[in-house]
Amino acid sequence: MLPTPSTSHVCFDRVYEPAEDSYLLLDTISAPSETAFLHDRFPKASTTPLVLEVGVGSGVILAFVAANANTIFGRDDVLTLGTDINSFACQAASQTVQHAIANPNHSIFLDVINGDLASSLRLDSVDVFIFNPPYVPAELPNFSHHDDYNALPPGKQSTTFEQDSYLLELSYAGGEDGMAVTDRMLDQIPFILHESRGVAYLLLCAQNKPEEVKQRIRAWGPGWEAETVGSSGKKAGWEKLQIVRIWKP
Amino acid sequence: MKLLTLNFLTCAIKTCKSSPLSFPLHPREVELEILETDYNAVFLRNILPRLEWEALRVLAGELGLPSLPESSPDVSSLSTSSEEDDSETPTQVAQDLHRLLLETCIKEGKLVCGCCGHEYAVKEGVANFLLPGHLV
Ligand SMILES: C[S@@+](CC[C@H](N)C(=O)[O-])C[C@H]1O[C@@H](n2cnc3c(N)ncnc32)[C@H](O)[C@@H]1O
Ligand SMILES: [Zn+2]
Repeated sequence: MLPTPSTSHVCFDRVYEPAEDSYLLLDTISAPSETAFLHDRFPKASTTPLVLEVGVGSGVILAFVAANANTIFGRDDVLTLGTDINSFACQAASQTVQHAIANPNHSIFLDVINGDLASSLRLDSVDVFIFNPPYVPAELPNFSHHDDYNALPPGKQSTTFEQDSYLLELSYAGGEDGMAVTDRMLDQIPFILHESRGVAYLLLCAQNKPEEVKQRIRAWGPGWEAETVGSSGKKAGWEKLQIVRIWKP
Repeated sequence: MKLLTLNFLTCAIKTCKSSPLSFPLHPREVELEILETDYNAVFLRNILPRLEWEALRVLAGELGLPSLPESSPDVSSLSTSSEEDDSETPTQVAQDLHRLLLETCIKEGKLVCGCCGHEYAVKEGVANFLLPGHLV
């Protein structure tokens, strides 16, 4: 078992607390079958891979990948970059990653960007993409206050209760079938992933209709594959949560 | 925000992506800071082919940093090896590149798209690429 990065400095009133979904991603990416795949895909002497995690939250996943680059990729020249729509998560995650890789650095951490999904990334630039989305079927929060809620209220040192509720809603509410945010992300993935090396890891829950999602991905065009490579909470033949790997073999 | 991060970013507005003008984003009114970090020789060697050298030269120029050579340095110019103990010492070229890519950070300022002119704020080292509703 690889160590889980510390998130003890993070305030979970407004940033998603690592949970079963976060740990399933950690376990899947560091499982022998997945590390073998990644070692193979990113051989040591090839150009430095860029890992992008969208929706970093506390930063636990990105920090885990950064701190364990050597086990996961077999190399420590791995770049990590994150985004989150919640600015408090951006700050928290940045600290989590820096703390996890410090002294001496185990890989190269770039930044966490406050943005919507991967909309600021250049085409073809991402080698490994990771997303634990807001996947719960629940009404999307009202974005019209986002700018106000995304920063401390003017002159204040702390957030308001409404603000915290909004920020936490952002972390789990996924609209119809829990797919509203994930569907928008899926639209971007084929463009931001590196044409030949790119691989994406996406978490889905049972209500997201994962089999249909995988079929849709395979229909992106020739070569695209989508397979379940990790799962948890198996009940009567179907999994509560699963990790889908998206790639071109 | 590290300068190397800008190697991977572009304007968040969809219609700008296909325009060569949207990369690199142009830093304006910035306050830079140096945040030291460990030197990683393997990384420097393996990142070279991923650097958009021309864009990096533009950035260095706009930030008033020492100008970069016209073309990307060769891997062989990054280190000198000693015959005696088999050790490798980073050259000045390599140390400068390390400082530019990983240690030179934008603390405050703006990043401007050369295509649409949209300004993205950087505050306390965090860049904000969220767009107002009508631009998404
Ligand atoms: C389920 S949490 C996962 C957090 C963390 N990665 C983990 O696994 O513990 C989903 C995260 O996505 C972020 N998020 C929601 N919508 C987003 C969007 N449109 N763009 C970027 N991040 C988003 C939320 O703020 C939240 O941090
Ligand atoms: Zn633009």
